[in-house]
Amino acid sequence: MERKIILEHIEKTGIRSLEVYRQHGGYASVEKALKTMTPDEVVDQVKASGLRGRGGAGFPTGMKWSFIDKKSNNPRYLICNADESEPGTFKDRYLMENIPHRLIEGMINAAYALGVNRSYIYVRGEFKYIIGILNEAIKECYAAGLLGKSILGTDYHLDLYVHSGAGAYICGEETALIESLEGKRGNPRLKPPFPAIKGLYGCPTVVNNVETLANIGWIVNHGGEEFAKIGIGRSTGTKLISACGNINKPGVYEIELGLPVEEFLYDEKYCGGIKNGKELKAVIPGGSSVPVLPKELILKTAKGEPRLLSYESLAEGGFESGSMLGSGGFIVYDEDACMVRNTYNLSRFYHHESCGQCSPCREGTSWMESVLHRIENGHGKMKDIDLLVSIASKIEGNTICPLGDAASWPVAAAIRHFRSEFEFHVNYPDVVKNSKHGSLFKYNK
Amino acid sequence: MSEKRFTHKLHVRTNSGVCFTPETLEKVKSIISHYPEGQEKSALIPVLHIAQEELGGSLNVDIMDYVAELLGITPIEVYEVATFYSQFYIDPVGKYVIEVCQTAPCAICGGEDIIARLEEKLGIKLGETTPDGLFSLKGVECLGACGSAPVMQVNTEFYEYLDFDKIDEIIAQLKADRETTKPAKLTWKERLS
Repeated sequence: MERKIILEHIEKTGIRSLEVYRQHGGYASVEKALKTMTPDEVVDQVKASGLRGRGGAGFPTGMKWSFIDKKSNNPRYLICNADESEPGTFKDRYLMENIPHRLIEGMINAAYALGVNRSYIYVRGEFKYIIGILNEAIKECYAAGLLGKSILGTDYHLDLYVHSGAGAYICGEETALIESLEGKRGNPRLKPPFPAIKGLYGCPTVVNNVETLANIGWIVNHGGEEFAKIGIGRSTGTKLISACGNINKPGVYEIELGLPVEEFLYDEKYCGGIKNGKELKAVIPGGSSVPVLPKELILKTAKGEPRLLSYESLAEGGFESGSMLGSGGFIVYDEDACMVRNTYNLSRFYHHESCGQCSPCREGTSWMESVLHRIENGHGKMKDIDLLVSIASKIEGNTICPLGDAASWPVAAAIRHFRSEFEFHVNYPDVVKNSKHGSLFKYNK
Repeated sequence: MSEKRFTHKLHVRTNSGVCFTPETLEKVKSIISHYPEGQEKSALIPVLHIAQEELGGSLNVDIMDYVAELLGITPIEVYEVATFYSQFYIDPVGKYVIEVCQTAPCAICGGEDIIARLEEKLGIKLGETTPDGLFSLKGVECLGACGSAPVMQVNTEFYEYLDFDKIDEIIAQLKADRETTKPAKLTWKERLS
C-alpha cells in the first residue's frame, strides 16, 4: 500500500503557496493543537507515534522532546536542522523546495508542544534559493496569523526565522549547529549537558531534522496511534529516501518503512533498476557515513531474509553484514564502480569536513586519505590495508561527535566487503596507474 | 523589536573606509533583530554572506574588521568564523566562482569528467582563477543535489545534470555576459572612490 504523509498533495499545482496548501487541509493541525490540546498532549501523541529522528540517528522524537528542561526559567528554543549535507542525501531540499508549509506547520505544532516562542530553521548556506522560498512561506504565515502574536486568536505566540549556514558538513551535528547559530565555528560540544538542558545561548533547546518535523502535522491530525500503524515494528511511519548513483530514476521517494530493498531498487515506481542495463554492485543505504553493503547483503540479510528499508532490517547483522537506515541517502553503485576510488573520495570528504577539534579525527582522517590515495594510485603496500583498518578502529568512538565514526565506518566496511579490490590495487600497480579514473575495467573480470 | 539598540553603531566607518550602503545597513539591522538581545553575534554568518556579496566577492581583513565593529565583537571572532566555513573566501576570487561537486555521488555519475572538462575549458586547475579575473574554479564537497548529479554552483546558483555540452554552453554564456549586460560588481575600493 502506498502511504503518503510528507509528500501528500505534492503534485498539486501551487502547493508551495499557503493558499493552495490550506485548500488541501494544511494547518488544520495547528488549529487542532492550539485550540483543543495541551502542549503535553501533543508530546504524548508524538511519543505514541513512535516517530524517530529522520536526520540519521533515529532517536525517538517524543523522548527527545520530553527531556527538555521545564524547570528552567530561560526561554526555550526549537531549531530545525536543515543543514542537509550528508553525501547522497537531498530529501530535505526537495521537501523545502516543493512543500515548505509542511515543515512550518510541523514546527508550529512542535514549538507549541515544547513551549517555545522563538524558533530557527538552520539552512545550509549553499541552498540560497531555498532560503528565499522559506522566507516567502514564513511571510505568508505571518500575514495569515499563523505566526507572530496570538496565533489563530489564541494567546500562543511564535516567531520563526531562517538562519543561513556557510558550508560546513559538521554543522549538521546538533551541538555544532547550535555553535554555528551563535555565530561561532562549528565545533561540536561535549555532551552532557545535552541541548535539551543547555542548548542555544545556554537555554533548553530541541534540534530536529526537517523531515521529522514535517511529520508532526499528520500526527496531530490523526493521532499517534494511527501513525504507529504505518510501517513495520519499531520503524513507524514513512521515510523519504533520496536515491542517487547509477540508477535509472534518481530522486526522492516517500516509502512506507518496511519496503523490501529489492522492490525499491528495481520497481518502476522507484529507482527503476540499474542504469544502462548494468549489474548492481553495492549500495550505501543511509548516506555516505553508513557502511556500504555488497549486492548479496543489501538485497538479503546474512540469514537469507529479504532486506527491508527499516531501521531494524538494515541494521540486521551489525556491521559484520548490516548497515544503517541513516538519513535515507541511498547511493547505488553499478558493476563498474571502483570501491577503492570511492572510499578514497569519501575519505577526502571527511578529512575536509573534520572540524579539527579532536586529534583522532583531525589526524586520522588525513592519514586515511593519504593512505587511500597511494593505494588508489598504485603506490600502496599490502600492510597499508591493515593499517587503514587499524586507523579506522582508533578513530571510532574516540571523538566528541560522531564525525569520527562516520569517517571510519565507510573505510572499514569497504575493506570488509571489498578487500580483494584493495589487494588488486597493491598487486597490479601498473594496471591501476594506467586505468581511467573511477573505472573498474582494470579488474579485467 | 529592539531595533534601536544597534542604530548607534550602524554608521560605523572604519579607518579603512569599508562601509555598507544605507540599504544594506537596513538589511543588516533586520537580520540582527532576528536574535535575542545580547546575542547579536548570531548574525555574524548571515552578515558575512552579505559583506562578501556586496563588497567585492571575497572577505579581506578590512571588511572583517568592519563587520566586527558592526556587531560589537572582536575582530578575531570574525576571522575564526570566516576561515572555518568553506563559503567564505579570504583570497580574491573571479567574477564567477564555479564550485563543482567532487564527492562520491557526483563522481560516480561522471563528475570527475566534468571537472576535467572545466579545467580544460578554462585553462586552470581546481583552486585557481583565470588571469582575466573572470572565473575561479573550486572543487567543493557534496552540494546536496546528488539526485541530479553531476552538479555545480556558479555564484550560489545551481547547475544540475551536467554534461560536456552543458558545460560549454554555460561557460560561453557567462563569457558573453561579461561583454554585454551585467557590469562587473564593483570592489569595495571602487565603490568608495
